[in-house]
Amino acid sequence: MAHQAPLVAPRSGLGDALKAALGADLLVHVFAADEDSITVDREAIAGVMIVLRDKLEYQQLMEIAGVDYPDRADRFEVVYHLLSVTKNHRLRVRVCTDEATPVPSIVPVWPVAGWLEREVFDMYGVLFAGNPDLRRILTDYGFQGHPQRKDFPLTGYTELRYSEEDKRVVYEPVRLAQDFRNFDFMSPWEGADYVLPGDEKAGGTGEAPGKGAPTPMTAAQVKASDDKAKAPPPPTPKTTDTAAQTGAGAKVNKAASKTSRDGASAKSATKPAATPAKTKAPAKPRKPKADQGGDA
Amino acid sequence: MTDTPHVKHYGGDMFEGYPVDTAETAGDQAVTNYTINFGPQHPAAHGVLRLVLELDGEIIERVDPHVGLLHRGTEKLIEYKTYLQALPYFDRLDYCSPLAMEHSYVLAIEKLLDLEVPARGQYLRVLFAELTRICNHMLNIGSHVMDVGAMTPNLWVFELREDCLNFFERASGARMHSAYFRPGGVHQDVPERLLYDIGEWVEKRLPKLFGDAMSLVIDNRIFKQRNVDIATVSKEDALAWGFSGPLIRGSGIAWDLRKSQPYDAYAKMEFDIPVGTRGDCYDRFMVRVEEVYQSAKIIKQCLRDMPTGPVASLDRKVVPPKRGEMKQSMESLIHHFKLYTEGFHVPAGEVYVATESPKGEFGVYLVSDGSNKPYRCKIRPTAFSHLQAMEMMSKGHMLADTTAIIGAIDVVFGECDR
Repeated sequence: MAHQAPLVAPRSGLGDALKAALGADLLVHVFAADEDSITVDREAIAGVMIVLRDKLEYQQLMEIAGVDYPDRADRFEVVYHLLSVTKNHRLRVRVCTDEATPVPSIVPVWPVAGWLEREVFDMYGVLFAGNPDLRRILTDYGFQGHPQRKDFPLTGYTELRYSEEDKRVVYEPVRLAQDFRNFDFMSPWEGADYVLPGDEKAGGTGEAPGKGAPTPMTAAQVKASDDKAKAPPPPTPKTTDTAAQTGAGAKVNKAASKTSRDGASAKSATKPAATPAKTKAPAKPRKPKADQGGDA
Repeated sequence: MTDTPHVKHYGGDMFEGYPVDTAETAGDQAVTNYTINFGPQHPAAHGVLRLVLELDGEIIERVDPHVGLLHRGTEKLIEYKTYLQALPYFDRLDYCSPLAMEHSYVLAIEKLLDLEVPARGQYLRVLFAELTRICNHMLNIGSHVMDVGAMTPNLWVFELREDCLNFFERASGARMHSAYFRPGGVHQDVPERLLYDIGEWVEKRLPKLFGDAMSLVIDNRIFKQRNVDIATVSKEDALAWGFSGPLIRGSGIAWDLRKSQPYDAYAKMEFDIPVGTRGDCYDRFMVRVEEVYQSAKIIKQCLRDMPTGPVASLDRKVVPPKRGEMKQSMESLIHHFKLYTEGFHVPAGEVYVATESPKGEFGVYLVSDGSNKPYRCKIRPTAFSHLQAMEMMSKGHMLADTTAIIGAIDVVFGECDR
């Protein structure tokens, strides 16, 4: 232990005490990174918390954190952090749940849990059965979705601005002038699972790259397209026999070399006669426009 | 508190046997409760706090704080940044004590990496954490007294806050968002002259100016009338509502993480924990006043005992080399490039690290999946739990007391809403 993080001495006999106090409700007890964490049965959480508070002297609930693991069947972890001011010890209690199954609320045990559960509900959509006031807390009034879920995009779905026309704040779908740049600096030698451009020989998965720089084509694709381009012989040999084939017409040259003294008449001949009339046209609808102004 | 003097109770022995006329007369109008909005833009709300207050006359019946108006999705953003890139977000949480916010985060990373910090780095972190505490308390004490009607002390203690910010600037280059604490130590060493000036300041200017300002307030009759016996919180309530920092100490529980769970060089420091006796707003205020003197004591010890040597770990797989070194050595160039692009990888695991920030227990629950970005970084703000107890604390008090109660909570919304 070389680090200088807050020093919490391990509590001797905690494992046995937890086993004796919680019985079958205690699923896992792990001691890692100098911290005790236990996983308990979801349905028994309220009872477990009362036992931990009254028998094992964890007087304070400091925090409830949600964590999302989308690959798991029970994708959400709800992590409670308890503090004992008499034993000077911290304990982490964890339950797992999914989108639909509510976790029993522990507001009757600690009143501070009210807002902490509201936050987990707001951020992850975890339901807490028995919380008297399960409203959103951090997000906007009328917000939809649960932003801390891993499948919620960082940019969100809506943006808002003050509209000068409507004289109020309007919500619109997100439109970014520049894409969100999520650089993946993972070393290609450790863990990156995409093929770098030009490194097709390394033998990638052949699938469309999920992240990082896109691979335009695999080596096989490049070869196939090359072969395809090579295969059909040109239909006509490219030779130039006559002057017409070069695109240079004799008659055009002749006309161009002719000098014109009457420039004005030549112009009027080429110019469409309708143009001046067209420019005049917008003058008419001006009157109704003024009426509209008075209307508003 | 339910038996308020202005509510008249008819009945009882006095009217026994007499017919009581219950018809409403002109001067006898029924007063119904009404609901008002306090904030979100209110100078005494210390930020964007919206309180929905239900009042019976001037008596508060119900408080529903609406927070989240400053929610910026910091925790979500951190999941998309490398560990080092995420650090400046912590400055922007509690912008009144930025270095204290960084402290929890860098300690959490170091705990996952099991990384040792050289002694000078630890002392510098303690020194600046305590300066931050003074800086934060100057703002809070000043605005608290201004909220209850005193103008002068606020201007005086803001002078001291300005001095602190100048010290931060000389150490890190930035007045507020320093990004000075880094995983493995601090960003750079401080000039000798700065340490000398801090010593002078702590010795002379701070006690003089702060003592003068507090002499105007502490025994002031009006200040006491506005704070004594306002929002009394018992020890049991303080534990049940997750109080920490000056609030739990104000309620009489001598709990300070710097003492009970020491980190960095705090184990070597000698200081006292002030506690309150009644648990009211005045006690919370006085705890902060005394903490300023205790912080000054710690700063003096830091300056006295600070060893020489490196300010950050020399583990080049975590701490990038300095620029000068980078220009000389190929190895440093590679480390510099790798650490500022890919960043370092943190072993999979989870830690909850809490430090004593000026406002209370500021915790970081960091979950790593072994990559170069945090899988989850839950920030445990202090004000979130404290504000929740607003209803418990202010029920039955007058509307004007809310400003004293909010001032004594010391809430900053950058941290509360994240």
